[in-house]
Amino acid sequence: MTYVGKSVKRVEDPRFIQGQGKYVANLQLPGMAYAAILRSPHARARIKSIDAEAAKNLEGVIAVYTGRDLVEGIKFSGPCGAIPCGFTPPDTKVPTHHPLAVDVVNHVGDGVAVVVAESAYIANDAVDLIVVDYEPLPAVVNAKAAAQEGAPQLYDEISNNTSFHWTLGDKDATDKAFSEADHVIELDLINQRLIPNAMEPRAVAAQWNGFSEEMTVWTSSQNPHIIRLLLSGFTLGIPENKLRVISPDVGGGFGSKIFHYPEEVIVPWVARAINRPVKWVASRSESYITDAHGRDHVTHCKLAVKNDGTFTGLNVETYANMGAYLSTFAPLIPTALYITLFSGLYKIPAIWGETWGTVTNTVPVDAYRGAGRPEASYLLERLVDLAARELDIDVLEIRRKNLIPKDEFPYQTPVAMVYDSGNYAALIDKVEDLAGYQDMRKEQAAARQDGRLVGVGMSGCIEASAPGPSPVVTSLGSAIGLYESGIVRVHPTGNVSVFTGSHSHGQGHETTFAQVVADELGLPMEAVQIVHGDTDRIPFGTGTYGSRSAAIGGSALVRSAEKIREKVTKLAAHQLEAAVEDMVYDQENGTVYVKGSPDKSKSFAELAFATYYAADMPEGMDPGLEATTFYDPSNFTFPNSAHIAQVEIDRETGAVTIQRYVAVDDVGKVINPMIVNGQIVGGIVQGVGQTLWEHGLYDENGQLLSGSMMNYALPRADNFPNMVTGRVETPSPHNPLGVKGAGEMGTIAATVTIANAVMDALAPLGVRHLDMPLTAEKIWQAIQSSQNGGSN
Amino acid sequence: MRVPVSITVNGVQHQQEVEPRMLLVHFLREGLGLTGTNIGCDTSQCGACTVHLDGVSVKSCTTLAVQADGSEVTTIEGLAQNGDLHAMQQAFWDNHGLQCGFCTPGMIMSAVKLVEGNPNPTDEQIRHGLEGNFCRCTGYENIVKSVKAAAGAGD
Amino acid sequence: MYPPKFEYYRASSVSEALSLLEQHHGAKVLAGGHSLIPAMNIRLANPGVLIDIGRIKELKGISAGNGSVRIGALTTHATVAASDQVPQALSDAAGVIGDPQVRNRGTIGGNIAHADPASDLPTVLTALGATLHITGPNGKRTIAAGDFFVDLLTTALKEGEIVTTIEVPASGPGQGSAYAKLANPASRYAMVGVAVTVTLENGKCTRAGAAVGGLTPTARRAGSVEAALIGKTLSPEALVGAAEAIQNDLGDEILEDIQAGAEYRKSMASVYAGRALTAAVERAQAS
Repeated sequence: MTYVGKSVKRVEDPRFIQGQGKYVANLQLPGMAYAAILRSPHARARIKSIDAEAAKNLEGVIAVYTGRDLVEGIKFSGPCGAIPCGFTPPDTKVPTHHPLAVDVVNHVGDGVAVVVAESAYIANDAVDLIVVDYEPLPAVVNAKAAAQEGAPQLYDEISNNTSFHWTLGDKDATDKAFSEADHVIELDLINQRLIPNAMEPRAVAAQWNGFSEEMTVWTSSQNPHIIRLLLSGFTLGIPENKLRVISPDVGGGFGSKIFHYPEEVIVPWVARAINRPVKWVASRSESYITDAHGRDHVTHCKLAVKNDGTFTGLNVETYANMGAYLSTFAPLIPTALYITLFSGLYKIPAIWGETWGTVTNTVPVDAYRGAGRPEASYLLERLVDLAARELDIDVLEIRRKNLIPKDEFPYQTPVAMVYDSGNYAALIDKVEDLAGYQDMRKEQAAARQDGRLVGVGMSGCIEASAPGPSPVVTSLGSAIGLYESGIVRVHPTGNVSVFTGSHSHGQGHETTFAQVVADELGLPMEAVQIVHGDTDRIPFGTGTYGSRSAAIGGSALVRSAEKIREKVTKLAAHQLEAAVEDMVYDQENGTVYVKGSPDKSKSFAELAFATYYAADMPEGMDPGLEATTFYDPSNFTFPNSAHIAQVEIDRETGAVTIQRYVAVDDVGKVINPMIVNGQIVGGIVQGVGQTLWEHGLYDENGQLLSGSMMNYALPRADNFPNMVTGRVETPSPHNPLGVKGAGEMGTIAATVTIANAVMDALAPLGVRHLDMPLTAEKIWQAIQSSQNGGSN
Repeated sequence: MRVPVSITVNGVQHQQEVEPRMLLVHFLREGLGLTGTNIGCDTSQCGACTVHLDGVSVKSCTTLAVQADGSEVTTIEGLAQNGDLHAMQQAFWDNHGLQCGFCTPGMIMSAVKLVEGNPNPTDEQIRHGLEGNFCRCTGYENIVKSVKAAAGAGD
Repeated sequence: MYPPKFEYYRASSVSEALSLLEQHHGAKVLAGGHSLIPAMNIRLANPGVLIDIGRIKELKGISAGNGSVRIGALTTHATVAASDQVPQALSDAAGVIGDPQVRNRGTIGGNIAHADPASDLPTVLTALGATLHITGPNGKRTIAAGDFFVDLLTTALKEGEIVTTIEVPASGPGQGSAYAKLANPASRYAMVGVAVTVTLENGKCTRAGAAVGGLTPTARRAGSVEAALIGKTLSPEALVGAAEAIQNDLGDEILEDIQAGAEYRKSMASVYAGRALTAAVERAQAS
């Protein structure tokens, strides 16, 4: 029985379908108290005074603490450090980020005080009783406006609100390419701010053991070890070996649960202060003004093209909104995960990218599904589409013309990345075939005769997944290497516990990792248990994001399993009195036998027990059977895709209906096709959310106008048809599993695929480009404009 | 002020005194320790809190416990009978209708009533009927597949 | 997600409800709670006292006779949506309120007493010429729907009064009605809602009722649309003209939000009027 490559049903499902999921909000501990946080209603203001007397006197309130209490410390709970940024390119200026604001609040939602009470109801009552005297200050919200002279300066030490300026590529070569270009396609575009909306709001609980001075923190995080490291090293000051961080079941993350959040400091600090367990659960509206937002780029870009459609150069300037503080990975997103992808699937000889990261009075911005790669794909694929239109070349043909050929891998791009493997021509061929593209165009032509606004759009995208080789990421600014840990521990009775630093929050690792280890050792899947999410049980790991877990976490397990196989093979040789070179490990059946004499064999279970019985071990071999690997990848992986979509716009209302969506993705080898497909489809829907509906919209005073699901339109079931998905498989040569990562490709491709389809629908009206979200109103206005003689 | 309520949940009658402001979802989660029903929003939209109240699906975050006094409530924990999964639960498992699982209890509870009211729903009817249940992970497609499979299984 | 404190009293009859309202001035009435509880959950509403009328059986149910259909104020949207007794515009509208779970709890009486400008039923009841039966400390009275919806979140209900029954004229032969809604993609409330009812006799429209809501502070009778219909043969061209006429019925104040501004909504009023008219006429011709 082999499992990898099969759509094995998920082993984690039974608890979820029966309401036994272990989300942090479900935690109940004896004596538990509940925290609620008072948050600033102003985008920027000085805190003149805080009067918490009425709150403290409310029956059931245990204590109220302010930012000053946390940074100075109180008798029972020591001072907190500022929340650091975990990814800082050279010369990055990092504003001080206290867990609760001390003197100044810098965004609506910035925490000001914490109430802890006997119930969440009372805690929320008490929050309403705290009186804060604010002196409002001028605020700035736009990423580009913040960098201009005269904009309000958030921090004295960050001039022009510019935290960093990052460049990559060859400016001279690019300038030359543009000066010599037959055509220059130029575009100003906005990649709008998004709000992640994982269905589980964030929650943190903590319990302090005064006798042993040990703290346990439960947090809905994608990476508990990183949180433990930051709490220990920077914010809470509890030694790492006395701090346990547990992320049990996490209800979705999409990046928003990577970061070290103030509540992860506040809640344990309060638990120690009052010597009782404490729990805090965000409300959805609260999560809108505290969870890291995504995207928010203001970009000017241009593509240099020859008459025949060959790309010769790309130049991109981006102002990337960091928000009020630098969130844990924030500077990485618009730099090393963005500019480095500007080559796309194409041979573009000259590329130059510049990003200014600016601070503004908005919620901090950080990684959100795709994290830099959707932004890169969006601008590139919009430019390519416009080039196709301007040169009157079919959108598939212009891409085909510029693809990196399949025999040129590994391919060194002009922007640092070395692509591992790919067959991009096959991708486009396959999506063309699967979609019946030629027929789609014929049907579109007929529909256009009837005056219908039908659009066909495509994208060809690549992304860099599985961050990343530690020497590379640290040189780019990461405060930690990005390897992954994996223990394969075999028990005396022959079943296996696997401890992985990866942390599934919907990806199904309990199933896919068990598939991998079962195949590696030749065991039934039921014999393999996957443990994740607890720093006490698992060696230092770096967590799940960036579509990295199969490639890095899975590979760590492959390596550990190899070590197990090696050991039991040696032991079997010893027991069967054969030479090690003559032994064969049968990975299908989980036995080790002498080559040519299959009857001389030992089962895995026998060998496992023998290592613990330890009566007769070979010279130099210790008892026990477990192996630990910290796997550092040698490169990123490069999933890639070609998607085609058909939309129709209701002329009267501007509303977009998605009629067809066809996705072909190369995610390398597939461990579980059902799970990979789920990731792709889920990612596509999320990507389309950006294109058509979602917008984290601030007014000029820094008030979040889309402050709840009442104003922030999320994709729903009735917004989509069923989709068609296909696969091209070019294994990554950079990890033993050959996987590339499937979690983000759908989102990266879908946003621009639908954008291109909508713009194609509007092309006959002379509409060149519209920024997302492509709401009905926006499209309707473009239709009206074009019909009245204008165009944009 | 405290009000006595008697609510039968998953077949078991519970009598408690509650503040009138206590939401049914908090009664279930905190009062009874039935944490399978989740809270995903505060604007009565996402449907993660969906339970059955006197035979129809309702949002327990938009219902007061005192309104459910004397009523029968079924939560996700009460769907399986005698250790056997409900056809809808089985269908979600068989068809990968969940990823992170947070929306799943509410989604299943809604879907059960959808199929009860419409035993042979089309994809479109399923998508429309789940308007009040948000999922951020699956993109809905496998949820539709799961509901269809469960409807088929009922034949 | 934690409502503020309130006192709570339960009424098991209409008279008990009135008595409790008398005792507790300023109390809010709790029916299905699907306008009130969401507001309390985010602490936008802070009623000191709630009078729960949700169990008053005499306020539930639909009955028809004597040329009218009477809907108890506590009848849920789900029940109204499934009813073949009520005019189709009303079942249309009830069927697009919120989602299935919301429709199982929200009530027609609660919805219209709250009078959210983005709700659907006030528009339909105005178009249908509904009569609202009200009872209060000074006894019973009736009021035309067109006079009931006064302003944003404001009705003609006086202190201590509750709506008991919503009465709509029964649909007769040659009559058809429809409701068309442009839903906010986030909240799915109405950004524009148009309700129309027409009666055709011998190919001509003899009676018409129309109303618009969603983009206006309160549901408004669309008199210009009605005038464009009555006495006419309802050809497609006539319907286009009638739909355009709604522009004269919108008033001076157009509500907007980040999903849709005033200009768009006003244009959509004609588009959705056209859709409601087409459907209403088709139904009239089929009945």
